[in-house]
Amino acid sequence: MEKTKRVGLFVTCLVDSLRPRIGFAAIKLLEAAGCEVAVPEQQTCCGQPGYNSGDRKSAEELALKFLGEFEAFEYVVLPSGSCAGMIRVHYPDLFRNDPALQERFAALGQRTYELTDFLANVAKLEDVPGNFKGSLTYHDSCSGLRELAVYTQPRSLLAKMPGVELREMVESTTCCGFGGTFSIKYGELSARMSDNKCRHIAAAHAGAVVCGDLGCLLNIEGRLRRTGDHTTGVLHVAEVLAGLDKDE
Amino acid sequence: MQNTSINFKRQVTIKLADVRLQDALSRLQTRFVEGRSAVIGEIHDLQETRNAAAEIRDRVLNDLEHWLLHFERQATARGAIVHWAETGEEANRIVAEIAAQHGVRSASKSKSMVSEECGLNDALEQAGVKVTETDLGEYILQLAREAPSHIVAPVVHKNKEEISDLFADKHRLPRKSGIAELCREAREVLRPAFLNADMGISGGNFLVAETGSVLIVTNEGNGRLVTTLPRVHVAITGIEKVVPTLEDVTTLLRLLPRSATGQSITNYVSVLTGVKAKEDQDGPEHFHIILLDNGRSSLIGGEMQEMLRCIRCGACMNHCPVYQNIGGHAYGWVYPGPMGSILTPLLGGIEKSPDLPNASTFCGACAAVCPVKIPLPDLLRKLREKQVQRGMKSRQEMFMLKAWAWLALHPRIYALATRMAVRIMSMLGGKDKLIHRLPAAAGWTDGRDFPAPTGMTFREMYRKEKSQ
Repeated sequence: MEKTKRVGLFVTCLVDSLRPRIGFAAIKLLEAAGCEVAVPEQQTCCGQPGYNSGDRKSAEELALKFLGEFEAFEYVVLPSGSCAGMIRVHYPDLFRNDPALQERFAALGQRTYELTDFLANVAKLEDVPGNFKGSLTYHDSCSGLRELAVYTQPRSLLAKMPGVELREMVESTTCCGFGGTFSIKYGELSARMSDNKCRHIAAAHAGAVVCGDLGCLLNIEGRLRRTGDHTTGVLHVAEVLAGLDKDE
Repeated sequence: MQNTSINFKRQVTIKLADVRLQDALSRLQTRFVEGRSAVIGEIHDLQETRNAAAEIRDRVLNDLEHWLLHFERQATARGAIVHWAETGEEANRIVAEIAAQHGVRSASKSKSMVSEECGLNDALEQAGVKVTETDLGEYILQLAREAPSHIVAPVVHKNKEEISDLFADKHRLPRKSGIAELCREAREVLRPAFLNADMGISGGNFLVAETGSVLIVTNEGNGRLVTTLPRVHVAITGIEKVVPTLEDVTTLLRLLPRSATGQSITNYVSVLTGVKAKEDQDGPEHFHIILLDNGRSSLIGGEMQEMLRCIRCGACMNHCPVYQNIGGHAYGWVYPGPMGSILTPLLGGIEKSPDLPNASTFCGACAAVCPVKIPLPDLLRKLREKQVQRGMKSRQEMFMLKAWAWLALHPRIYALATRMAVRIMSMLGGKDKLIHRLPAAAGWTDGRDFPAPTGMTFREMYRKEKSQ
């Protein structure tokens, strides 16, 4: 028998504060895939807000904190393409002037995965625990898609769920307008971009929109609700796959 | 052209509310995004071709002086005269002097974004030269006295009805409504301008160092007329456009039209080399090539040099969800979209464009389609870093960033702070579990609700669960 994979889970700051259920869904899925999951308790934020606002120094400090907490794990998994992209793609670049550190970050990056990427390609999850019944449409979050090539992974996992009918929206790969602090700094523009996304979601006639990043979900849900749509579900793919998609 | 990018935020509001503009922009998707996607697959080794194209551009940029001097020697040997302009004003002065020297009273012009940088038309008008734009889009904009809003499709912000009205008004002819009729009318009006021009002005997509040629890609045929009919041809372009060999150009040409307009090749690819020889039937007697720096050389050898790879295809703006929603004028200078959000601050001064580097979600759609693989989001981020270094960010934003980073570096206090925050937010959520107004994040709640958290953080729930 294959040896158990030891996974360090980074739930992300958004999940920690705003939707803890996604973190528990990720644990359930990783355990269902036969992994041993540990959640370092001092974890906070990967440093993207500072990094993407030009505050490189704070990003470096948080990257070092992350390294200290996760370097010992065989694998690191995150229920977010954007935070996983930060670690895989951007952490090594932050230390391009320090070859020794850069190498450690590159090695850590290679063991770091977005959740569905890990479940589909590394842990090869076969029996998806969720029992969602209904139609879904999938929004491809930007960083997961373009930095980590996450596209087929969530779809292949959803396809293992007999109750799920996937109805693709047009332009599923176009940005929803979130963009972190962009959504507050350029709220009007961001809301218009969300509007376009909401229009495509509505046209897909699905019961819920699903994606792999909580930032996009908050943005999409916020615009749907504000414009009077109180029925379309807005779910993280981990919630659907784990069967933790309902309030308890 | 005057840089008004400082007004970006205000322009966004105006452009989002402009119904006609929004209608015009809605066609970008089919015309350019689907257009590119339909033909880009014809390049079976697309990634290798993009790598090769980036390598060609880098090879030149890493040794720009050498390639420029090589180009100058070859162009001069074939009878062209190469002029070096450090600024837009200097370029204008050189063109005005050439016009005066040859007794030029009227000039026909094909599309050139570099001439927009300089504001060449106004300068020539002041020098007493009548300039007629002959690219259909640019001609329309000249009539309307507007600036281009896209580097490839300058008039993409206007719909057909606006152009019908404009022609009827300016041409004083019965209003036409069909596109073919409008084109015919433009052709008829423009013909005398082609035939009477003493000087033709063009841009240059590439400068071929080995032959000293200026290469232009066009679709309407006006480029050929402008560069061959008048006795004087002036080509104006940026110093970064040089490419070592014709073979290198062929690599770039596989990518440029497909990325730009979704064409396998443009209707015309003109390689303009030297002056008219004795045995030639047409061609200019005098060929002047003006190479504009305007800040470009300051990027050589620095961390922003990759921006100079740009071959001006416009794919980044076509695929940009920000550009798609506001159009090009909001960016406030010649170059819009992602490439413009980098070039405008770099060439015009970082202080003058505080918003442009920030008005991006870093979605990466631009970099994914860039034919020369410019890491556009990374360059935007570097500009944000420069803004922080120069103290351009508001005190409030810096405080928030630093406070968040400090909290995240102190997990115990972070835990307390987030526990408190989610409890308050949970209460604010009320019955529908939505926060409708958050004064600290009005940018969010003006257009969206904020889904309220449940009231406990993952970390405290996890700890509780583990201790049970």
